[in-house]
Amino acid sequence: MAGVREMTATTTRWETVIGLEVHCELSTTSKLFCGCPNEFGDEPNTNVCPVCLGLPGSLPVLNERAVEFALRVAEALHLHVPERSIFSRKNYFYPDMPKNYQTSQYDEPITIDGWLDVDGARVGITRAHLEEDTGKSLHVGGGGRIHDAEYSLVDYNRAGVPLLEIVSEPDIRSAEQAKRYVEELRGTLLAIGVSDVKMEEGSLRIDANVSVRPEGSSEFGTRAEIKNLNSLRSLVRAVEFETRRQAGLLESGERVVQETRHWDEDGGRTISGRSKEEAHDYRYFPEPDLVPVAPTDAMRTEVRATMPELPAARRARLIAEWGIRDEDARVLLDVPGLADYAERAVAALKGGTPKDVANWVRQDVLAFLNDRGLAPAVLTPEMLSELVGLVAGGTISRGQAKDVLLESMEQEQWPDTIVRERGLAQVSDAGELGTVVDAVLAREAATVEQYRASADDKDRKKKRNALMGQVMAELKGKGNPRLVDQLLDERLS
Amino acid sequence: MADSAIAIAADVRSRRRSARDVLEQHLAQIDARERDVHAFNLVTADAARARADEIDAAVARGDNPGPLAGVPLALKDNLCTRRVPTTCSSRILAGWVPPYDATVVQRVHAAGAVVVGKTNLDEFAMGSSTENSAFGPTRNPHDLARVPGGSSGGSAAAVAAGFAALALGSDTGGSVRQPAALCGVVGVKPTYGAVSRYGLIAFASSLDQIGPFAGSVADAALLLEVVGGHDPCDSTSIASPAPALLADLDRGVEGLRIGIVEELTDSDGIQSDVRDSVEAAAASLIDAGAKTERVQVPSTMYGLSAYYLIAPAEASSNLARYDGVRYGLRVDGADVSEMNANTRDAGFGREVKRRIMLGTYALSAGYYDAYYGQAQRVRTLIMREFDRAYDRFDALLAPTAPTVAFELGAKTADPLTMYLNDVCTIPTNLAGHAAMSVPYGTAVPPDAPGGTPALPIGVQVLAPARGEPVMFRVARAIEQAAPGGGDSAATAGERSAEPTNGRGA
Repeated sequence: MAGVREMTATTTRWETVIGLEVHCELSTTSKLFCGCPNEFGDEPNTNVCPVCLGLPGSLPVLNERAVEFALRVAEALHLHVPERSIFSRKNYFYPDMPKNYQTSQYDEPITIDGWLDVDGARVGITRAHLEEDTGKSLHVGGGGRIHDAEYSLVDYNRAGVPLLEIVSEPDIRSAEQAKRYVEELRGTLLAIGVSDVKMEEGSLRIDANVSVRPEGSSEFGTRAEIKNLNSLRSLVRAVEFETRRQAGLLESGERVVQETRHWDEDGGRTISGRSKEEAHDYRYFPEPDLVPVAPTDAMRTEVRATMPELPAARRARLIAEWGIRDEDARVLLDVPGLADYAERAVAALKGGTPKDVANWVRQDVLAFLNDRGLAPAVLTPEMLSELVGLVAGGTISRGQAKDVLLESMEQEQWPDTIVRERGLAQVSDAGELGTVVDAVLAREAATVEQYRASADDKDRKKKRNALMGQVMAELKGKGNPRLVDQLLDERLS
Repeated sequence: MADSAIAIAADVRSRRRSARDVLEQHLAQIDARERDVHAFNLVTADAARARADEIDAAVARGDNPGPLAGVPLALKDNLCTRRVPTTCSSRILAGWVPPYDATVVQRVHAAGAVVVGKTNLDEFAMGSSTENSAFGPTRNPHDLARVPGGSSGGSAAAVAAGFAALALGSDTGGSVRQPAALCGVVGVKPTYGAVSRYGLIAFASSLDQIGPFAGSVADAALLLEVVGGHDPCDSTSIASPAPALLADLDRGVEGLRIGIVEELTDSDGIQSDVRDSVEAAAASLIDAGAKTERVQVPSTMYGLSAYYLIAPAEASSNLARYDGVRYGLRVDGADVSEMNANTRDAGFGREVKRRIMLGTYALSAGYYDAYYGQAQRVRTLIMREFDRAYDRFDALLAPTAPTVAFELGAKTADPLTMYLNDVCTIPTNLAGHAAMSVPYGTAVPPDAPGGTPALPIGVQVLAPARGEPVMFRVARAIEQAAPGGGDSAATAGERSAEPTNGRGA
């Protein structure tokens, strides 16, 4: 019997079930309930007022722009917008929360029941609701955690920044799919202009609910909630770790405890936080200082009218219209502004193809931007169009074009100007090229003889390349390689 | 003639009297009696003198300082005042100075009022006698052995004692009307949303409303006109323009239908003198051409229970911010949780702690529906029943408080007895409607010690949301018919008999 059990254990395949809570900071000009600037990276405690500091007597007033942003997300994620939603107070004590309650949405959120397609698989979105962010604590001394800290400092600049918490259904089945979901979501949020989605600045923070179950099972296992994953890499690693951990527990006959776990980036593992059994009772109740949110038809119509093309649709269009690969389209859309740049360059094309543009953007332009830490917005798409035209028209070779593009981007100079000033234009005049070719062949008569006499293809190729090199050297590299090739063929045949 | 706010403002604007003279008179009154009454947590005499001089200078320049020109005004100490300490009569706010003015404070300033000080209250407005103050109780100017009511007892006493012509208080379950009744002045709880709560330190947000105290119905109307109206800083503030009050004040009550709320008037807990006053006031309205009738609003009987779940629930959350982290008192501990706990233990008084515990419990998982949820259903029921009553009546009458002022310490041992003081006023807060207390008659309390003076009785006029214009007309008619007539609320105690023109009267 023991053997059988062992067999079963080792052959069980586990399916991971994942639901994600993505907290997205909305890029409104001001905070959710007051007029303070919503800015990252300012001096601590400079973007604060009585409201976001929760001073006695202060009252919140909802930022209508945040509502509009939530409605944009609703459009993009096919979410239903109930006629009325309300804010609730989530009560718990923490020093970075000025009122010791978070104004959030609970049982009547602003949007419910939507979906997002990720590589052909549909991920349900349970809800997306508005809430205020907390301040940021810095715990000095101890283990960097609040309870053993020597002292703690709090910066309330972030307190009251609008967050949209987007909660998915447990429809995700692998770490990779979780990553793709976040990428797709991030691209969508970016495209509709509601967030800068910078994970490194905390504009996008992820909690992952992870459970495992035997493959083929339709019941959910007990889940753990992994808190505050700050990069896609952490997300993938944490989900993978958690899958192994939970599968390991189940395989050895133990049970998974429902709890909050923290991702330990350095240790590459999740660590148990407080368990749900001893979790806070948040004592939610309707926020009496705010009135229900009831988006008007006019507001919704306005939002619909100003919705841009969403990443999935745009990707499909670029693939169809430009004949590029899915992977290339993905790169264009993943970098903020890159697809816009490429599309503008294509619009300005006078020679060459959109695919040429896409290739240049994907490779040289992106490398340049990454290298310099720049955004595509600093580049002039018309310069790239001109460059593509110069290559297509045979004015410069692709090899030359690489240098010209780099210089063009660095100096903010038109490629045409660079080509002219450096005298880079290719010699494509057949007569001029013919003279040079003839002169070289005459000078290298011996090589020509050997070439003609040789029966060894390899040797012939070597000799021919040598002659080609001589011609190009004579032309200082500006000879149109295709024409030179052609002329050599004619003369050597 | 009583020194009414309207008269003062008119005199100051026309230079019959200077704002400074008016102020000095009131400061003299404070000097004479404040030690006994203890209406104030802080008297801002210097700032008031500077402000009065500004008003006089403005008048001299030919400017109009506004409808409250030179009127001495007291602010309940839960209204935020820029650079002036605001305590809520709590140790927990020790040392805190607001960096901003409440909207009502801005508005009274802009209207030319001269703020004389911050008045005492039950800590965080939780109480009905002003005995729950960390800084000692306020006493009733009519009888120093008795309470002024609460929680705005300091504001009521300040007006009654002639320390200020006007005062602002806040009314969550009766905290303006009940002390007004006990001190013999006019007190108003406006429609929820009629006056901005921005800068009012919250007790129970869905019930709190700022209201005026005054020596007369007309003065109360004047102050409400000044502080009322939409404020974009308060999401619950009513957007439509506030109705005018003073213009129609003397239109009379001819043809109005007035209901007397049976459950609040005829119940056992109501002192017979108080019931007699309500009846007499009703009779005077009939004389003035109104029709009156008994009306039943049965769910008002559950008002007190619902209130003592909703108000503490909201309070438990509103008061969570007092944790020693950012401002006010801090009592250190081994870690942050202990510091929070130590601070709150030392900073809050017994009644505040009691209500935080009640509210925390009422909101807890598994109890929410049975307590907070059920209380909200009662609240909806009360609103509906009032709405039905207002289909038939333009305004309602009831007692304001069940009894005249009681002795200090008489009810402190038993919170429930204390809570019953607000049985007649709470339903209006739950409904979000308007109500006001107007003095009508006096009574010597039964079994009072010899020498106890006759103490004021308040009659309550209730009106639907935005029903203030009719409510004030009814109150005005009652005031005119009240024994002593015309000008209600002769100032209590040994005030200087006549307003004088000279400084240092």
